[in-house]
Amino acid sequence: MTFLSEYIYYIGAFGLIFIGLYIVLVKKNLIKVIIGLSIIDTGINLFLITIGYIRDGTAPVFSKPGLKANEMVDPVPQALVLTAIVIGVAILALAISLAVKLYKHHGTLNLRKINEQKW
Amino acid sequence: MLIIVTILVLLMIVSAIAALIFKDLISAVIAACIVSLIAAVLFYFLQAPDVAMAEAAIGAALVTGIFVIAVKRTKRFEE
Amino acid sequence: MRKLFVILLLLIIAGGITLSLKEIPFGIPKTKIGDHFINKGVEETGSVNIVTSVVVGYRGFDTLGEITVLFAATIGLGAVIGTFRKNSVNREVEAASLIVYTGCRFLFPVILLVGTYIFIHGHLTPGGGFQGGAIIASAFLLMYLGCSNKRIKENLSKTVEMIGGLTFIAVGIIGLAIGQDFLFNFLPKGEPAELLSAGIIPIVYIAIGLKVGSELAGIIDNLIQKS
Repeated sequence: MTFLSEYIYYIGAFGLIFIGLYIVLVKKNLIKVIIGLSIIDTGINLFLITIGYIRDGTAPVFSKPGLKANEMVDPVPQALVLTAIVIGVAILALAISLAVKLYKHHGTLNLRKINEQKW
Repeated sequence: MLIIVTILVLLMIVSAIAALIFKDLISAVIAACIVSLIAAVLFYFLQAPDVAMAEAAIGAALVTGIFVIAVKRTKRFEE
Repeated sequence: MRKLFVILLLLIIAGGITLSLKEIPFGIPKTKIGDHFINKGVEETGSVNIVTSVVVGYRGFDTLGEITVLFAATIGLGAVIGTFRKNSVNREVEAASLIVYTGCRFLFPVILLVGTYIFIHGHLTPGGGFQGGAIIASAFLLMYLGCSNKRIKENLSKTVEMIGGLTFIAVGIIGLAIGQDFLFNFLPKGEPAELLSAGIIPIVYIAIGLKVGSELAGIIDNLIQKS
């Protein structure tokens, strides 16, 4: 029980990263590879927020005037993850546009077949 | 509280494995949307409301929309 | 064969990670800079939301870099897909039924209002420019899916995005022109937890919200057209 309460968030984050890595390395369809890239992004963001958690802390917003400052969670990883989520969606949009153009040029999205046509 | 978090993490990993296995690309995209939504709930449990709002709005609505439009312009079934 | 190699590689990486997870215990404070931001944040920047004061106040230059990356990705997508804009509707999509059409038209201003509220109150409650901009873009996505014969005007979207980007850079250069650093907080800070407080932070977040919202709506608009 204490093992679960210590490590459950780490198991979730690393499970997502490993499943995403397996999809990127093994699957043949290009859109499935891009879905795997998005799952790796979500796993890494979950890991970063897990590092910044403090036990019995609260959200870093001074909602009541008398809130003490030493019982809040760390605000720095949350600011960094906010940037990382937006950059992740920008990369995904560009990758999807390249995949659509590749389909129009070759007629298939199978990565093994596209690699055989040389320049 | 710990039991709810354990069930949610298990659901997240099961639907990530479902995104790996499905051959219909629309079903795989919906499984990735479920992963993003459960991650948004876990961000709320880790006391990060800004990040939960950003992940729910961007990861679950816009990324799924972009993927469905892309699948509509290419093939639907993976071969 | 390939699957076996990949599973072996992932098992080796997982073994290495479990051996080193003892160095990062769960729930114990790890950095010291977070204490400085929490203790001095309200009196140095004036905003009650500490994550906002870190994103726009203490690390505002990183936010400028992020907006540049989003801008470059949008331009790249527009250049690669290469649509030419016809003024006719997308004829291969059949029109939705009357209930869906009326419901989408009714919900569209409500969602725009919620998104605008979230990025105006970014320094008082959890929220801010990126979240509000994403909600505005999803309102436009709803409009494209439900009523398929309405499009946003291209000149309006370009003008809004241009105003948002130039406001952010102009506010930064004013800070440089009066003799201090780039993105210096030159407006009066006021009372905390008021709407008009925290110096330049509401102005910067309104500019970011408009820019991100119109960019993400422009991405969806580019992908949905015939090319």
